Amino acid sequence: MINERNLPILATLLVFIMLYGFGMYQYQGFRDTLVFSNLLTDNAFLIITAIGMTFVILSGGIDLSVGSMIAFIGVLMAYLITNTGMHPLFAIGIALVVGVAFGAIMGVIIAFFEIQAFIVTLAGMFLFRGLAYLINLDAVPIDHPFIAGLYDIYVPLPGRGGLTFIAMAMLVLLALGILIARRTRFGMSVYALGGDSHSAALLGVPVKKTIIKIYALSGFYSAMSGVIFAIYTSSAYPLAAVGVELDAIAAVVIGGTLLTGGVGYVFGTFLGGMIQGIIQTLITFDGSLNSWWTKLAVGGLLLFFILLQKGIVVWVRKRSAA
Amino acid sequence: MSQLVNETLMVKETVEAAQSAVRPLLEIKYLSKSFTGVQALNDVSLQIQQGEIRALLGENGAGKSTLIKVLTGVYPRDGGEILLDGSLISASDSGHAQRLGISTVYQEVNLIPTMSVMENLTLQHQEKTFGLISWKKAEVRARELLAQVGLDIDPLRQLDTYSIAIQQLVAIARALSTQAKMLILDEPTASLDSDEIKQLFDLMARLKSEGLGIIFVTHFLDQVYSITDSITVLRNGECIGTFKTAELSRSDLVSHMVGKSLEDLAPTAHDHSIKRERTELLQLNNVGKQRYLQPLNLSIAAGEIVGVAGLLGSGRTELCELAYGSVKPDQGDVTLGKHSLTKSSLRHAIQVGMGYCPEDRKQDGIVAELSVRENMILALQASKGWWSPISMAEQQKLVEEMIQRLAIKTPDMDKPIGELSGGNQQKVILARWLITHPALLILDEPTRGIDIGAHHEIIQIIKELCEQGMGLLVASSELEELVMFAHRVVVMKDHHKVSELHGDEVSEQAILRTIAS
Repeated sequence: MINERNLPILATLLVFIMLYGFGMYQYQGFRDTLVFSNLLTDNAFLIITAIGMTFVILSGGIDLSVGSMIAFIGVLMAYLITNTGMHPLFAIGIALVVGVAFGAIMGVIIAFFEIQAFIVTLAGMFLFRGLAYLINLDAVPIDHPFIAGLYDIYVPLPGRGGLTFIAMAMLVLLALGILIARRTRFGMSVYALGGDSHSAALLGVPVKKTIIKIYALSGFYSAMSGVIFAIYTSSAYPLAAVGVELDAIAAVVIGGTLLTGGVGYVFGTFLGGMIQGIIQTLITFDGSLNSWWTKLAVGGLLLFFILLQKGIVVWVRKRSAA
Repeated sequence: MSQLVNETLMVKETVEAAQSAVRPLLEIKYLSKSFTGVQALNDVSLQIQQGEIRALLGENGAGKSTLIKVLTGVYPRDGGEILLDGSLISASDSGHAQRLGISTVYQEVNLIPTMSVMENLTLQHQEKTFGLISWKKAEVRARELLAQVGLDIDPLRQLDTYSIAIQQLVAIARALSTQAKMLILDEPTASLDSDEIKQLFDLMARLKSEGLGIIFVTHFLDQVYSITDSITVLRNGECIGTFKTAELSRSDLVSHMVGKSLEDLAPTAHDHSIKRERTELLQLNNVGKQRYLQPLNLSIAAGEIVGVAGLLGSGRTELCELAYGSVKPDQGDVTLGKHSLTKSSLRHAIQVGMGYCPEDRKQDGIVAELSVRENMILALQASKGWWSPISMAEQQKLVEEMIQRLAIKTPDMDKPIGELSGGNQQKVILARWLITHPALLILDEPTRGIDIGAHHEIIQIIKELCEQGMGLLVASSELEELVMFAHRVVVMKDHHKVSELHGDEVSEQAILRTIAS
């Protein structure tokens, strides 16, 4: 069913297919499943972060703390595993609890003190980066057989490609995100809050409780992303993932979610993250272009999607006025 | 004679006894609520039976919306009791009120425009299978609820693709989904056309037959008489009385609402004649806008004051907005002198001599943080264009002159206007337009919320301006004041002009009679 609500995500899908099709047409190597599975693995931490961000943006908020959260969680994990000799599974558990708790605290401040999410999560961004430095100043390797074991899990696909543990974890978290967004009362409350928070309150949506859950969920996803990033790089570095919050926001918007909230899909965010990855891969395949061209293309796409959304809003208003 | 009175009293008592045998669905006892010293509700008591449609009427500030908000738990109450089905209730918020059985539909549709009809109808009440929302069940439920209000629409489409009328019906469908016993409709018809209103009334009649109690707030008296069983009138936070609709004449109803009876109003002598030759200024020729104001004609001459009377929501402000051009009419022509303003910009309208002081001073009129001087100079600067600034010396001269002329009480002209009293703020806004030397000035409620002294002064200023040859269009809810200065009075009702009273016809009595007719 084509209506104005899923027009942006259809546009995203079209861009995704066109870019991928272009790559397959232009480069022999692009046709192999290896490219696709690498895209899944290499962009996993970005997409996971962006899934949490989708809930935040759907509700009409923003979360700038996610990039720092990734670095902080990585450093925390490295500390727990290397310095205290804790089993990585416990370390991951603690890291996730810490991520959720910090997210929930930011949510409480946003909901109860009615302070803009922008400023609260900006404070969170500085705080987590600072905490990461407090634990460790340099990059440290995470050297543990369990982590190495996770890294080596591999389900081969036809062709040269295959699903890594990281890719599979991302896909599971994606499915979980889609379920939460569309099949739970909390998910519908998020959409309602972003559509019209005043009406949502009158309709009986528990506004404050929902806001706290949203930032806790974003905390969970960014902490999860921190864990995945640590496994992906087998190391931890306080300066890791600088600016990832902005890449995540870009993935959400390119994925068709309205920045003002209320409209969008988690699956769109997945496509948005993948599109950023494809652009990077295309530039690598080309070989003659500087990698900064990625940023240029992402910037252009972002602008295109914002204009598209604005155009749809104007179009709907005109049509309902007629 | 006294025997007769006694008998009627006895009859009345037996009727009341018979009524009280049936337990009322909703009973409000001595409800009070005040906001920082202002008594918004004072010992209000009323009872509503099952299957009764009750109109809740009153002018601005009567306490209607406060009563509804206290009922639904949006405001806590100061005193009194609310009984629903015989048991005491105390709603803590709108959701709680819904669970107790009191559902409200507001004038502005309070649904989520970006969600589908189905999602809106089932929000917070979704049925689940294995802990996840089942959209299949939700769709079935949504169709049931829509059928209940007689709507046959696609529940999967986004809400804001439907007209306001349908959205309003969807809101009612949702209100009914929570086993409502009481339905409160707060001005649901304001944005509906006559067919849509009929659809709504059919639904109300059916709900009534199913035993629901309905409180219906509206400004349209015709609607009150066509659908309600009884009427409760509020005025200044007090319950004036509850009447059977069939037994209350329109003129009595209007008297109760405005607090003056026709008999009390002995015509006072005011001079309504114009002293000068008539040169037409503003001409509205068949000007109207769909769902806003019925087409009407109006002309104002230089040196003439035309009053606009009518109850709240009758279309007074709408007439002012269309005449000024801040809302563009979709039919008819507006001319000022020899300039056609039908298609021109507001800036052009101001340049050729139009001025407008809106009703809501705080929201539309003043810029609270700016100084008296800056507020006063705004319109003049806007009409000149921002590229030709007015020199500070010239500004000070103009503003000083106006402060003197209108006797504005401010320590100096650089004080933020927000710190002035209401009456002085109003004078600053008047001054803002006076320094542009308008030919025609439109004033919407120029004396609302200001003290008696300032009230008198503003009326004097209006009269002086008129003597200097300005044309004025003044909308006011205070008939007494209109009668004092208006040469003619346009009477508005239900968004159309019902009559125009000239010269000696202008009296409070005549205006009230026209509104009630």
